[in-house]
Amino acid sequence: MIEISHLTKKFDQFAAIDDLSFNVAEGEVLGFLGPNGAGKSTTMKVITGFLSPSAGSVTVDGYDITRNAIEAKALIGYLPEGAPSYGDMTTLEFLNFIAEIRGYRGDEVNTRVQHVIEEVELQSVAQQTIETLSKGFKRRVGLAQAIMHDPKVLILDEPTDGLDPNQKHHVRELIKNLAKDKIVIISTHILEEVTAVCTRAIIIDEGKIVADGTPAELGAQSQYHHAVSVRLNEEYDLTSDLVGVSGIGNVVAEEEENSFTILASNGAPIFTKVTEIAQSNHWPVAEFHVNRGQLEDVFRTVTAQSRGDE
Amino acid sequence: MQNLGIIFRRELFGYFATPLAYIFIVIFLITNGIFTFDLGGFYLRGQADLLPFFSFHPWLYLFMVPAIAMTLWADERKTGTIELLLTLPIKLSEAVLGKFLAAWVLTGIALALTFPIWMTVNYLGDPDNGVIFAAYIGSWFMAGGFLAIGSCMSACTKNSVIAFILTVAICFTFVIMGSPILLNAFPEWVPQFIVDAFSALGFLTHFDSISKGVLDIRDFLYFAVFIAAWLLASAIVIEMKKAN
Repeated sequence: MIEISHLTKKFDQFAAIDDLSFNVAEGEVLGFLGPNGAGKSTTMKVITGFLSPSAGSVTVDGYDITRNAIEAKALIGYLPEGAPSYGDMTTLEFLNFIAEIRGYRGDEVNTRVQHVIEEVELQSVAQQTIETLSKGFKRRVGLAQAIMHDPKVLILDEPTDGLDPNQKHHVRELIKNLAKDKIVIISTHILEEVTAVCTRAIIIDEGKIVADGTPAELGAQSQYHHAVSVRLNEEYDLTSDLVGVSGIGNVVAEEEENSFTILASNGAPIFTKVTEIAQSNHWPVAEFHVNRGQLEDVFRTVTAQSRGDE
Repeated sequence: MQNLGIIFRRELFGYFATPLAYIFIVIFLITNGIFTFDLGGFYLRGQADLLPFFSFHPWLYLFMVPAIAMTLWADERKTGTIELLLTLPIKLSEAVLGKFLAAWVLTGIALALTFPIWMTVNYLGDPDNGVIFAAYIGSWFMAGGFLAIGSCMSACTKNSVIAFILTVAICFTFVIMGSPILLNAFPEWVPQFIVDAFSALGFLTHFDSISKGVLDIRDFLYFAVFIAAWLLASAIVIEMKKAN
């Protein structure tokens, strides 16, 4: 269990994190979202004990990150932003170093290193110096070092940044497999990733939490939640058929020709109503489907609100 | 303390994984040779000692040691590995000390490899090997002093070239502090104890007496305290500047 309470981090006068409080329990995969400069990386740096907080506290399984730093850090595996590693070492040498620092000795070092090498598929580059590796492999080396000691808490700062779609898929599968009985915190600005791997998402902006919930819950806040998308074969004015029907909100014309999105005004499903109207009015329907809430939409709304843009 | 050893080995290994250690050692040996034989008049003096060899060490270290020290922390910062290193379950002191010791051992290896000159002087005459041994240790301690300054300067910046220049400048100050040129420049009205205190802080004052065979524990203590103080300063600077 990670407990973050009233965490504040100030750089000079600027508060990068502003009175942040939340807990993460075992088994949760927390997606940490926010626009660039929202304080995602700073939060991770404080949680992992790299930066010390200006106020508030972080405890990992009861160990305070500033007062019991060594014990707390021993529970955490961390992939910093950009997956830094010692470029002049080979993958194997680097991982051996990490294994030793993580307290493994003798044969254990080898066993552990071989295990993580298999886990993130680094066999082919084990003998290469890290600086000669591609971005994808470097990131995997970073992941390998983070999971070396089978940590209770895994903190990954943009783990899939710069990977190709196959590698992204692979890393996500890896995270899902690792997640059992663990705490995983991932920062990302790829929203599909949150839907794919996270059981919970927190959106922060200007150092404050602006949304917190499961990806589905957050999606439900979207104005597109339960909205019905319609594409017509020919021009037809469906707005007039829908005027005054309860539960139906605005009709948005999409970029594509003869495509419309009918929004639900009070968050209740409108699919049945719209189908009935469509049938009785003989709409020339080509395509018809219900939207789930879009995280992207929610993301934009909540981060814009907190900046007072709207 | 086990972590200290692991970090020490990684760092030392790092020097030898790249050409850096080899280039450093080769250049160190060549310059040492030139200084001793050409400028120092090793043969012309007709004395069986290594005074010309050791007396150039402060000036040799002035450029060689900052070159190793400059990357100590600046590179960690530049590549972001500092974040990796300092989120591992280790103490900051272990990292600072481990890195320093690795660089110090590298200078020690380079220094030890000057042994042919010691053999030469033994072949040619009958020198006092006790004095030579003490001078070697003294020289190594002085290199440690230069390195500790370098460690702190390297912690101050991401840019290793800036770290190099700052280290050279500060080392130069400490070298000339004890030299007659500077001490004679003090005007008459400055009380003698200030001049003495100033001179006591300089490298040359302490190193000269060691290399001449005057073994005073205070001279070694001076370097030990000097190293400790600059390493402590390194740790403080690292802690303060982690955020940027």
